[in-house]
Amino acid sequence: MVSEIVINPVTRIEGHGKITIYLDENGTVREARFHVTDFRGFEKICEGRPFYEMPGITSRICGICPVSHLLASAKACDELVAVEIPRAAELLRRLMHMGQIIQSHALSFFYLSSPDFLLGMDSKPSKRNILGLLEKYPEIAKQGVWLRKFGQKIIETLSGRRIHSSDWIVPGGVRTPLSREGAEKILADIPKALETALNAVELFRKTMDSFKSEMKDFGDFPTYYMSLVTKDGGLEHYDGKIRILSPEGKVVADQLNPSKYFEYIGEAVEEWSYMKFPYLKSIGYPEGAYRVGPLARLNNVSHCRTKVADELLKEFKKLGRNGIVQNTFMYHYARLIEIVFCIEKARELLEDPEILDTNTQAKASLNRREAVGVVEAPRGTLFHHYKVDEQGRIVWVNLIIATVNNNIAFNKAVTQVAKKYVEGKRLSEGILNRVEAVVRALDPCLSCATHAIGEMPMKIQLYDHSGKLLDEAARG
Amino acid sequence: MSFLDQDEKVLELAEKIELVYSPIADAKDFPENVDITLVEGAVGNEEQLDLLKKIRKNTKILVAFGDCAVHGNVTALRNCLNNGSEKVLERAYVENTTFNKTIPTQTPRLLRKALALNEVVKVDFYLPGCPPSADLINYVLNELLEGRTPILEDKFKYG
Repeated sequence: MVSEIVINPVTRIEGHGKITIYLDENGTVREARFHVTDFRGFEKICEGRPFYEMPGITSRICGICPVSHLLASAKACDELVAVEIPRAAELLRRLMHMGQIIQSHALSFFYLSSPDFLLGMDSKPSKRNILGLLEKYPEIAKQGVWLRKFGQKIIETLSGRRIHSSDWIVPGGVRTPLSREGAEKILADIPKALETALNAVELFRKTMDSFKSEMKDFGDFPTYYMSLVTKDGGLEHYDGKIRILSPEGKVVADQLNPSKYFEYIGEAVEEWSYMKFPYLKSIGYPEGAYRVGPLARLNNVSHCRTKVADELLKEFKKLGRNGIVQNTFMYHYARLIEIVFCIEKARELLEDPEILDTNTQAKASLNRREAVGVVEAPRGTLFHHYKVDEQGRIVWVNLIIATVNNNIAFNKAVTQVAKKYVEGKRLSEGILNRVEAVVRALDPCLSCATHAIGEMPMKIQLYDHSGKLLDEAARG
Repeated sequence: MSFLDQDEKVLELAEKIELVYSPIADAKDFPENVDITLVEGAVGNEEQLDLLKKIRKNTKILVAFGDCAVHGNVTALRNCLNNGSEKVLERAYVENTTFNKTIPTQTPRLLRKALALNEVVKVDFYLPGCPPSADLINYVLNELLEGRTPILEDKFKYG
């Protein structure tokens, strides 16, 4: 009599997923799985479209991080037409990217995860959300709303709209320059943004103290780490080369060409999820598990390249062994440090006089038949790989989405938390919420992950070893 | 996300509504006797089909929210392919895979075609846009909460 607990849908994440917890004969947890239950098929549906439509189509993969898809896609298109984009265009693309990371990280921290640690893992489910937070801690909720808005407004100032700015980022650069007034408007908000972000860092540090005993089983395990880095190992989101860190914290590969990702990353499938399982080819599946995203990036780099973020990074690295922090809960901390970095970087970009240059787009026609575009999306390394025919029509696409890189880690993390808390056959709501909370720490974007439809919530099921459904989390 | 782009206006809205089911709240089952439901996305698989029918049954006013819900949009691009639902799966899980090339089976089955909401249930209001603008969302919700019919003429655009 094996049992299975199902949490369906998992809530306060982006996309549609569920968790199944499998028990052995004694009712103890054997394994837990994180399933993604939707799929759209962008790798096929884009076929036959002209390549220059790809930024517009693929940005529809996601409403949270459309800018990442726009950038990865436009970079692939820059390659197809074989141009170097004007420097102003690169500065502007980078600025929009910073705006997006700020808003996406603020969404993850304030809207999705902070209700768990500020209101409590066991607090009333009907209140455990941003509106409940507003009732109890109105100042914190308002700061979160404001910080997200600050990021979105950068995107809006550049492109005229906040989501799907697909007629602005284009192959060869960007469509329109930035006005002086626009630049000044963003610059004027930077001190408040920095202060708000640093308040959030302080808030998180206090949370860490009260969460200490729970934290050691909150997805704390060794894996490899992957991210883009600059030539000298600094934090980089738009360009750069791939670095891979071993579970012991050694750099095992550095300055790898991101366009040759298929030489070192493989993709596996499991029948129970639409989300694929990438792994390091040299290590094999599933031992070659690696993590990406804010935690991986901060583990991988030696420095951030901006003043305040560099001070925070030094403190951050002290939390781990050999300078690497393996606890999944620390994704939250890394995310906040990245917000600080992005605000500082946005100021630096805006203070570069060339950002106002009006030459922002190099125009050319098709010159290559295959290209790869890669960026660090808020959730990790994002790959767009296209092949086109002689007329520039798409004939083949492969996408490795940031969230998907973490798939093996998602499953390890939910298994660890379930093993710690789930006992017997009946579950408390708060226990299930802890299993979900570790998923939230990794901040999945499941619409991106399987290029799936819309944003819907997620579910946990408990099965015994004969496959009998014992319990299902149904809140509401 | 565009819903959250109402920024501080979401907080004002919070005073007028009770949020009972949402990706940003923790309810697991769609409740009964719901006044207004915004449904985004096209209907792509069997699980979504069941959920949409349940939503219709339990909701007074159902709003198709965004272009995918209104007419299928990018999600419905697969409908142009012959046998689209099989081909999209084949590409992702067999062709573009290096280990265990297999199409997932223990997952909700894709429908043969991605459907707009009104191909499945009766839709009361349509809110187009990819995404609909935050101002438009705010206007429509406030009109509906006041018991008025929102007038969308000259206020929206597709895409």
